[in-house]
Amino acid sequence: MTVAVQSTQSGEPVFYLADEHPHPEGYSTSLGFWIYLMSDCLIFAILFATFGVLGGNYAAGPAPKDLFDLNLVAVNTSMLLLSSITYGFAMLTMQQNKVAQTQVWLAITGLFGLAFIGIELTEFAHMIHEGATPQRSAFLSAFFTLVGTHGLHVSCGLIWLVTLMVQVQKFGLIEANRRRLMCLSMFWHFLDVVWIGVFTFVYLLGVLR
Amino acid sequence: MSPDLLKLIFGRLTIESLPLHEPIVVGTFAVVATGGLVMLAGLTYLRLWGYLWREWFTTVDHKRIGIMYMILGIVMLLRGFADALMMRLQQALAFGGSEGYLNAHHYDQVFTAHGVIMIFFVAMPLVTGLMNYVVPLQIGARDVSFPFLNNFSFWMTVGGAVLVMASLFIGEFARTGWLAYPPLSNIGYSPDVGVDYYIWGLQVAGVGTTLSGINLICTIVKLRCPGMTMMKMPVFTWTSLCTNVLIVASFPVLTVVLALLTLDRYVGTNFFTNDFGGSPMMYVNLIWIWGHPEVYILVLPAFGIFSEVTSTFSGKRLFGYTSMVYATVVITILSYLVWLHHFFTMGSGASVNSFFGITTMIISIPTGAKMFNWLFTMYRGRIRYELPMMWTIAFMLTFVIGGMTGVLLAVPPADFVLHNSLFLIAHFHNVIIGGVVFGAFAGINYWFPKAFGFKLDPFWGKMSFWFWVTGFYLAFMPLYVLGLMGVTRRLRVFDDPSLQIWFIIAGIGAFLVFLGILSMLVQFAVSFLKREQLKDVTGDPWDARTLEWATSSPPPDYNFAFTPVVHDNDAWWDMKRRGYQRPLTGFKPIHMPSSTGTGIILAGLATAMGFGLIWYMWWLAALSFAGLLVVGIGHTFNYHRDFDIPAEDVIRAEDARTKLLAGAK
Amino acid sequence: MSRLKILALLPLAAALSGCDCVVLAPAGDIAAQQRDLVIISTVLMLLIVVPVMALTVLFAWRYRQSNTDARYEPEWDHSTALELVIWSAPLLIIVCLGALTWMGTHLLDPYRTLGRIHADRAVDQSKAPLEVDVVALDWKWLFIYPDYGIATVNELAAPVDRPITFRITASSVMNSFYIPALAGQIYAMPGMETKLHAVVNHAGSYKGFSANYSGAGFSGMRFNFQGLDDKGFDAWVASAKSAGGSLGRAEYLQLEKPSENEPVRRWGTVDADLYRLILNMCVETGKMCQSEMMAIDAKGGNGHEGLNNTLPLAYDKYARRGTALGPEPSFVAGTCTPDAPQGKTTASITAPVDMAPLLGAGLKRPSFTPLKSSSFLLGLRPKSDS
Repeated sequence: MTVAVQSTQSGEPVFYLADEHPHPEGYSTSLGFWIYLMSDCLIFAILFATFGVLGGNYAAGPAPKDLFDLNLVAVNTSMLLLSSITYGFAMLTMQQNKVAQTQVWLAITGLFGLAFIGIELTEFAHMIHEGATPQRSAFLSAFFTLVGTHGLHVSCGLIWLVTLMVQVQKFGLIEANRRRLMCLSMFWHFLDVVWIGVFTFVYLLGVLR
Repeated sequence: MSPDLLKLIFGRLTIESLPLHEPIVVGTFAVVATGGLVMLAGLTYLRLWGYLWREWFTTVDHKRIGIMYMILGIVMLLRGFADALMMRLQQALAFGGSEGYLNAHHYDQVFTAHGVIMIFFVAMPLVTGLMNYVVPLQIGARDVSFPFLNNFSFWMTVGGAVLVMASLFIGEFARTGWLAYPPLSNIGYSPDVGVDYYIWGLQVAGVGTTLSGINLICTIVKLRCPGMTMMKMPVFTWTSLCTNVLIVASFPVLTVVLALLTLDRYVGTNFFTNDFGGSPMMYVNLIWIWGHPEVYILVLPAFGIFSEVTSTFSGKRLFGYTSMVYATVVITILSYLVWLHHFFTMGSGASVNSFFGITTMIISIPTGAKMFNWLFTMYRGRIRYELPMMWTIAFMLTFVIGGMTGVLLAVPPADFVLHNSLFLIAHFHNVIIGGVVFGAFAGINYWFPKAFGFKLDPFWGKMSFWFWVTGFYLAFMPLYVLGLMGVTRRLRVFDDPSLQIWFIIAGIGAFLVFLGILSMLVQFAVSFLKREQLKDVTGDPWDARTLEWATSSPPPDYNFAFTPVVHDNDAWWDMKRRGYQRPLTGFKPIHMPSSTGTGIILAGLATAMGFGLIWYMWWLAALSFAGLLVVGIGHTFNYHRDFDIPAEDVIRAEDARTKLLAGAK
Repeated sequence: MSRLKILALLPLAAALSGCDCVVLAPAGDIAAQQRDLVIISTVLMLLIVVPVMALTVLFAWRYRQSNTDARYEPEWDHSTALELVIWSAPLLIIVCLGALTWMGTHLLDPYRTLGRIHADRAVDQSKAPLEVDVVALDWKWLFIYPDYGIATVNELAAPVDRPITFRITASSVMNSFYIPALAGQIYAMPGMETKLHAVVNHAGSYKGFSANYSGAGFSGMRFNFQGLDDKGFDAWVASAKSAGGSLGRAEYLQLEKPSENEPVRRWGTVDADLYRLILNMCVETGKMCQSEMMAIDAKGGNGHEGLNNTLPLAYDKYARRGTALGPEPSFVAGTCTPDAPQGKTTASITAPVDMAPLLGAGLKRPSFTPLKSSSFLLGLRPKSDS
């Protein structure tokens, strides 16, 4: 739509482009990925709303203040936030076309992500071991589902990250791979933003409640 | 084999799961299986498998995918309508102590399947198919933004349909009503596979719908041809854009609410249970937050079709284009603020009920404005009564009645006496048949010559039209009356014999609609046989106004040899008026996406995973899931997803068209 | 009003003559007011729908292709004046209808106690309303008359012109309590209570049923609602009393098991606490009542101790049912207190209910005075109330 061909110099209207350049590959990708992220955001919005509705229904069971270990959650949060920063470094080195350094930063990001998942699973295992299972109350159902869905997203992000690292290794930082790294970057930061919501509304406000 | 091993392999699928004791189902199965075998044998005999696989199943061409959506919609219409006939017959018979011919176990599945199939696998594919076919052509694009995703979306929709159809012969479908309210749909009250078929059928299809929504938004936003600003887009493209925004902004809600129900049913969480602090009311709220926009997802494209048709067949510019666009956008936004009107009777306070009642009524303002816009498009026009225009007139007369009863139901105290009654059933069939179905038929008759190069036969088209319209009124006006007599929906047997006459009239109406559907099928067959007589060589059989009519019928793979440049809302009308000359030389190679089988394989795996989860065949679910991951990741290693159509091919195609056009003159 | 009604009925007359349309000719004041609202709204909308349909037919005929006398203006596509009309005409109708809706919804809120028993009769304050507790079971209706200590299945009776207060709940799934001749419907939901206030003005026998699909036996969930004069009602109560039998917790647990097409049944005495126990889903021995659970939750749960207070589910209306991947089904055990030892759970503990957020922060619910006239039209409101 940047082409403002309205008429030829003689004033005859132009009805077609005689000399046309096809849209570059991935022309719509970033818009498409943004729309996908927004639909994913809606999934989280509904899960947050569910937690908001059911979060106080303990069914005479334990409440957040009995279950959450804020220190652990703080460590966990810092893992995810750090992984976002290191992903940022990966993108910077990608701009400079440094394959090896990009790979290193991606690997570090992946390790932070793994640590995050590991800590989260430990927390879950501990709660379930205590008897605070997702089945015990509507609050726990909503909690496990919201936090678990986020964890599932991070796990998918990790699989994607590994795939991309293989592809960068194999094909280099070609245009398609840069675009994919860009999409994963948006996905990763998006999960970070969602986690900040989880941390605030589920953990901090939960313990305050 | 030991029972444990059998259970490991087949989950809860046993020989008793097959409905061998239900003669109706066995009969249906025999017919379907015979028909299917004949079709498979025919395809094999004619050696069409390779052709179908290469040219259709793996295609990423938006036109072919659009056509496949339409075929899916029409096939599923036959199934959904068979359910409707069975219901009408049962309700016409079950009086005076008679139990009718369907037991509760069967009847309750029939009405649930009817609703689910008609909305998800008839209306949605018809609407999506038309958008897929027409939108890229209308905006002068070569394909959609993500052609592979388009193929994948289609096959996911098919996967969902396959699961729902499988439930007819393997196990059973849900017995909960089409929205599966808990606690009834929860494991305690629906322990069988029915609700699981419902959940996984909709989840698989829902993924496809969401992705196709993202795809079409990107297409419309990014791929419009030069000169086509937002306010120069054809109205159908506008309504498609709004519909796809609604899809992307509402289907995730359905995904979540079904996922939560799944968790309740599979692992025993407590979202919608009665005990342990769960809230079934939350399910009702959430599903209608998706469900109400869904209504507009269906009807907005129909509004777009009527706009195109009215303007074309009145030979006149659309009246009030700008207000039409704003009305569409307003409807889009407001459709999110009305969901509670589906359950005024759930005990909300008066202020909440009034709020949602009034927002609902407000939607009728832009809708009314649209109605007037079509009216004044006809005003001082030269109306040609071809089939699409006949459907449009029928729509205008029918839809206002449905709209009126809809606003009536939006008045909470009136809803208290009419909610869940047959009045409600009459109302939403009045808007969905009068709006969406008539719209789809107008669209099919309108764009068929574009897609296949010949018009549809008008005689059988008119037969279909009159059977449908009279059948519709006979089938649903009695339901309005029955609603006022205090008859509620989903009843299987009745005690009051004075009601029977109304149900018999409704049954006759349904039978007329059946004849209408048959006539439509005959219309397709007759048109195919008479295709030489009905041939459209110009590419513009209706003297139409928008860009899709600028290219040949059917359009070449690449849609337009040169990307068009647009100066007016009615781009093609403008081109015709100002003496546009079709370019005859200077053709270049055209860059196009290549076909891929990944979409159908992924969708097949997703369907198998759904089937495994439904029957608790965990190995199948796990294997299919692993397969999904492997194939999905494997697909990303393919970096060469497009090719160039050589200039010679373009020249050959365009020369052929030049000859054809010369012959027409 | 009557003129309006006739006007509205004219186009419908053809279709509706010969039908026994209970919604349009009810026997109770609430349903009658709802009927009025149906008719007024329809008339209001016909004001615009009829011209649109007429214009459609007119334009479709007049501007047909063969009529070359008609004007043809292919480029005419805009008129500000017309646009104003086509947006404002529906808007005006909706403004009227919206005002009507706001008033009607508040006046006819099922939770609102009655202000009148008929268009021309105020409520007799000296007579207490008849209280009926309604329980939707699989698939039958249980009615408990707490004032009389009787209970019935699938039979409901009430004296003419005496306000009735229904408290409605369900045992398992959602149903909808609906007697078209009496008043609009309201959902019956497990663990929750909805209310309905209504009055019957004409003696007679009317149909009642569930209006929300609830499973296999749904079609048979019908009952008779009898409007009786005072004497007839007393006789009906007496006959129920003399039917003998007692509906206690054990009998209820038998009764709530799924059954279809139940005949009418009556009990002469009924456990006074039964309805509250049903509502709080703790009729079974040892199960914690919802009210107690909510009270505990409002105070922040039971802490880690709360993890151990579940017991395996032994009783279920159907069979014991668990999920494929989840643990065995369980229930929350009631707390033992001096006045409620284990096995004698009570529903009397309740959480303080603060309804403020539901009514809008800081906003008072608008108060309406009951109307003396049967019309909602503004001009007819009595002035003496101010």
